[in-house]
Amino acid sequence: MTIENMPLGKAINAGLRKALADNDKVLLMGEDIGKLGGVFRITEGLQAEFGTSRVFDTPLAESGIVGSAIGLAMRGYRPVCEIQFDGFIYPAFDQITSQLAKMTFRHEGKLAMPVVIRVPYGGHIGAVEHHQESNEAYFAHTAGLRLVSPSNPHDAYWMIQEAIASDDPVLFFEPKSRYWPKGDVNLAGNPTPLHSARVARAGTDVTLVGHGAMVTMLLQAAEIAQEEGTSVEVIDLRSLSPVDYPTILESVRKTGRVVVAQEASQNVSLGSEVAATITERAFYSLEAPVLRVSGFDTPFPPAKLETIFLPDADRILDAVDRVLSY
Amino acid sequence: MVQLLGPDGTFAPSAAAEEFLPYFERLTEADYRKFFKDMVTVRRFDTESTNLQRQGQLGLWVPSHGQEGAQVGSAYGARSQDHVFPAYREHAIAMIRGVDLLNLIKLMKGITHGGFDFRENNNFHLYTLVIGSQALHATGYAMGIKFDGDYATGNPETDQAVIVYFGDGATSQGDVSEALVFSASQQTPQVFFVQNNHWAISVPVSVQARVPIYRRGEGFGVPGTQVDGNDVFASYAVTAKLMDDARAGKGPALIEAMTYRIQAHTTSDDATRYRSESDLEEWIAKDPISRLEAFLRDKGTDSSFFAEVHESAADFAADIRNRTLTVTNPDIYETFDKVYTHPHPLMEEQKAWLQAYEASFGDEGGAA
Repeated sequence: MTIENMPLGKAINAGLRKALADNDKVLLMGEDIGKLGGVFRITEGLQAEFGTSRVFDTPLAESGIVGSAIGLAMRGYRPVCEIQFDGFIYPAFDQITSQLAKMTFRHEGKLAMPVVIRVPYGGHIGAVEHHQESNEAYFAHTAGLRLVSPSNPHDAYWMIQEAIASDDPVLFFEPKSRYWPKGDVNLAGNPTPLHSARVARAGTDVTLVGHGAMVTMLLQAAEIAQEEGTSVEVIDLRSLSPVDYPTILESVRKTGRVVVAQEASQNVSLGSEVAATITERAFYSLEAPVLRVSGFDTPFPPAKLETIFLPDADRILDAVDRVLSY
Repeated sequence: MVQLLGPDGTFAPSAAAEEFLPYFERLTEADYRKFFKDMVTVRRFDTESTNLQRQGQLGLWVPSHGQEGAQVGSAYGARSQDHVFPAYREHAIAMIRGVDLLNLIKLMKGITHGGFDFRENNNFHLYTLVIGSQALHATGYAMGIKFDGDYATGNPETDQAVIVYFGDGATSQGDVSEALVFSASQQTPQVFFVQNNHWAISVPVSVQARVPIYRRGEGFGVPGTQVDGNDVFASYAVTAKLMDDARAGKGPALIEAMTYRIQAHTTSDDATRYRSESDLEEWIAKDPISRLEAFLRDKGTDSSFFAEVHESAADFAADIRNRTLTVTNPDIYETFDKVYTHPHPLMEEQKAWLQAYEASFGDEGGAA
């Protein structure tokens, strides 16, 4: 049987194991990823299986992790870096944006930079400051990087392998609140192209767009809307940079109404970019302005307030009602 | 401090130089002359490049004047199979590794952000402009050498190591400290070569370091050696030995080469605003080229040799000047093809948009 039911975290672990087995240039590096298997256990068992020169703990320094991964990539390796939590990526910001992202361009397009940076991101885990951020917009703004984010175990298994196979740097945003729920993973067959979006639920009245953990929220909202007689289409972006606009625009031309939802703060966010592009390219198909549902433009609040900060099915449905009122 | 040649060119090894003497003793008369010729050539090139900037040919020039001893000596201390990660002032090392120096001109003229590929230029990597970033790239590369087992086999002809260059200012950067930590942690085959030229633009080294920089490595587990960077023999001997040690698996090392930035930081800088004439004169008296010239003349080198070197350096500079004047601007459309190695829809859309926009002007000619 090629279908296995497993949590998203285990699916990434299985994808990493497959990539390590398929190509001996693949390395895993990061903080606590060896014996411990990572604070989320995503690399569990991989050091024991592949050894300490393929899967290794680095000193506790994020810039050092990414900067040395760049040197390893120059040597022909395909490093996969783990950043322990979203809010801990900033010490590596310079190496990611000024070095990793620009290295191919600096080499006139001739030097591959096959570095993957895994980032457990997002809220809903009740953690302390710096552990629940959605900071994808900083990186989506930077030329030279690719960004993807799986929403389910099947995509996670395949997308991590496709990211590792990419000769361009890929930031892999893992929805950490979705690490544990299980889903079916088809271990056989061709994966969907890495940078394509997916219609997660078909509908005719309103299009909802989101990625990562937000997709689960959108599907819940769609289910409730259906009970109230509204047919909702849900698009899982999967790729955050580049965004698969053809798939989104096909849906928008059908429904004429769009809500873009994200955990991230709204100001200058990925959702804002998607909304603007839809407006530019499908203006005459729209029956209403594209609405955004986002985290507030405050810092991520203390955990006891996170369920108010983060958009839930009710806030999404509120936007669905508004977009239908035009 | 390791010193073999005093400022007046007298051969008088310091006590610290003893363990490095066997490396000096390998050098032949022809090597002395090669070192001299390279130092003179790159200084002439450097002057020509400053002139080209003043004449509007370049946006910027970064002078290497005064640092030729540290650069030429250390460049020959590495072997052809080694990898070299420069900062952005290492013109002599670029030349010795076989890079066409017109590529450095193109970088400063606004033609390219890189200009050459280490895979086709004897493992000499691109200049890095963010201070200290390359220390981590070098460390990662050295980790790769270790994982590949391409060191410590006992064969110095094939074993590999990495040398990374940065200045005294860079030692304050977090990336340099992280590189020292990672390098010590992994025991990489690697030498950190600090050219202490005493100035980070206008800020003196005393602001960066209250203890000598060569001692900075010790706390990281990377032993340090201080060398007279204006003594090309000492720079060579120390680098050659420590690179041999790194190649042989003895772990990373740090070299602090004491030298001086005789010119301003760049052609955009005015050093008279922050440093004294007397400081400058003191260091001009320790010049690496006049020092080696005194040594060579004392050994009976014929005057005709010096005349020939200066003539060939002038020819080298004239060739750079002539070719600078023929450099053409890059193609804007190609920039869209160089950002990623795989096709990317944004790049394709924006390239097509620009082409259509330009074409919309018809025969009137485009905006670009």
